[in-house]
Amino acid sequence: MNRAGEAVVEIRGLVNRFGRHVVHDGLDLDIRRGEILGVVGGSGSGKSVLLRSIVGLKRPDGGTVRVFGEELQRLAPARRTQVERRFGVLFQRGALFSSLDLQENVALPLIEHGGLTRPDAERLARVKLAMAGLPPDAARLDPAALSGGMIKRAALARALALDPEVLFLDEPTAGLDPIAAAAFDRLLLTLRDALGFSVFLVTHDLDTLYASCDRVAVIADKRIRVADTLPVVEATEDPWIRDYFHGPRGRAARQAARRHSPPQGENR
Amino acid sequence: MPDTASRPGMLEQDAHRLSAVGDWTLPHYARLREAVAKVHQAESIDLQRLGELDTSGAALLVDLLGPEGVHDIAQWAPQLSPERQALLRVVADATRRPLYPPTAPRSGLTAALARLGQVVELLARQQLRLVAFIGLTLTTLLATLVTPRRWRITSLAAQVQQSGLNAIPIVALLTFLVGAVVAFLGATVLRDFGATIYTVNLVAYAFLREFGVLLAAILLAGRTASAFTAQIGAMKANEELDALRAQGLDPVQLLVLPRVLAMVVSLPILALIGTLSGMLGGALVCAMALDISTTQFLTILQRDIPLSHFAVGIGKAPLFAFVIAVIGCLEGFKAGASAQSVGEHTTSSVVQSIFMVILLDALAALFFMEMGW
Repeated sequence: MNRAGEAVVEIRGLVNRFGRHVVHDGLDLDIRRGEILGVVGGSGSGKSVLLRSIVGLKRPDGGTVRVFGEELQRLAPARRTQVERRFGVLFQRGALFSSLDLQENVALPLIEHGGLTRPDAERLARVKLAMAGLPPDAARLDPAALSGGMIKRAALARALALDPEVLFLDEPTAGLDPIAAAAFDRLLLTLRDALGFSVFLVTHDLDTLYASCDRVAVIADKRIRVADTLPVVEATEDPWIRDYFHGPRGRAARQAARRHSPPQGENR
Repeated sequence: MPDTASRPGMLEQDAHRLSAVGDWTLPHYARLREAVAKVHQAESIDLQRLGELDTSGAALLVDLLGPEGVHDIAQWAPQLSPERQALLRVVADATRRPLYPPTAPRSGLTAALARLGQVVELLARQQLRLVAFIGLTLTTLLATLVTPRRWRITSLAAQVQQSGLNAIPIVALLTFLVGAVVAFLGATVLRDFGATIYTVNLVAYAFLREFGVLLAAILLAGRTASAFTAQIGAMKANEELDALRAQGLDPVQLLVLPRVLAMVVSLPILALIGTLSGMLGGALVCAMALDISTTQFLTILQRDIPLSHFAVGIGKAPLFAFVIAVIGCLEGFKAGASAQSVGEHTTSSVVQSIFMVILLDALAALFFMEMGW
């Protein structure tokens, strides 16, 4: 935890394409230990594809993705599983296992990887669900019975089940009401400060960017246009970035962030 | 954190106080939990020698201290870093409400009775819903018949290809094999009476009246009813059915009618193919094993078997087709939003449609026998 600033994920020259459609072309990006990295970009600019290439769900067509110093695609399956255990992923639509109830969804990785007994795992799963803001009686519900916001929370609880070192969040606050979204931002910061994990946060939510991100990476033209602290990104000369951060929504989010919280310094 | 070397978490107890030592993390959870369970409740705990701490360890500390004890942690453990205090407070807040809300206990007998009642009610509702859905399909069909603009010829043709044309090879092969088996059976039994020649009649009767249509119907129940349920169930899970309704379009007209009509067209044709192919199998066995030549087979067929048997058999096909298609579609509509639910209803649709086909066939056999047809 004292190795702050060191990169846990290193992406160099990443190329991704689907048929003739090139999504990424020579993309470079680092995720540093303990930071919350926000990733923004227009719809279809390849944010989710980038996430999938890092966690190993999509084999890159070129370039390297190093995770904890190792290239995931080249590892033996057993070793790869060990590395993947250090990830937590929250998918865009939750991706909860529909044949299990919420408690079992969260308990599954605890039993399989954590080696806990079922009662222990289920008790801990209930704690995690409660931390994600779900009421106790939701633990036995099936995912099909949940609202969109509850699915997001349960998915967060599952992503956090093993206390991952890198947490990947694909639009975690989309579909949440503003109160729940703000609570989500606070929870993320608290857990990050206490546990020191890194966060790769794909989002369109400007409030989340201003409230919780240490750095922001902008994907444009198939590569990272800029990846730096918010003031630097805002000041970047680029039409898309200007429209994004200086449009009416960007201004409102910036003002709200200034009003409600002391300036976010680099606290590590 | 005086030293960060990894040490297994432990709960140490001396004369005065408890102290948490080492890493309170997931790998040590099981042991720590036992230790915590022994102590029950503590006022405070020495956290000076605590190593790593994750949420599972924090949850155990909260178990030990109680949410209230953790809340004023800043007073009794000021040396703990603010980040860790915050983590403990988050976990404490989360567990303030009981993790296991009380549920009303039930005795075994009432629970069993309740389950029996639920199953009976469910079965009754299912039958009622099937009848209602048949009515809905028929009224929609009548309403659509008078407006040719709403006939969905393309959709119908696509469904006929999928459920009829593509099923021809498997139906033909299966009935051919069963035809051969029936001929062998007949030959074995009839040889004792020196009546092997009647094998021809046996095969012809069996396939014209029953097997041709029944085998085709059972195959389609497995092959097509399940496909209908899965297709419509997936659409339902994706809210496509709601989208249709919200646009003022009728899912029964758009999705159910083409499928039902395609089955009503396909099954009689498949039944005919099945009948021919079954008799072909029988004829082959007769020619190879019983020395009944194909000419002889055809002559007996022409001379002894009235056409009415074929009418009795093929007449059942449209009814079977309708029932299979309606059950397949209805199960799709009943499916819930999850993949598991679609799977359950697909199974249910196959079981129900095969059951209904055999039940109707038995009733029809009784009826035709009484009528002397």
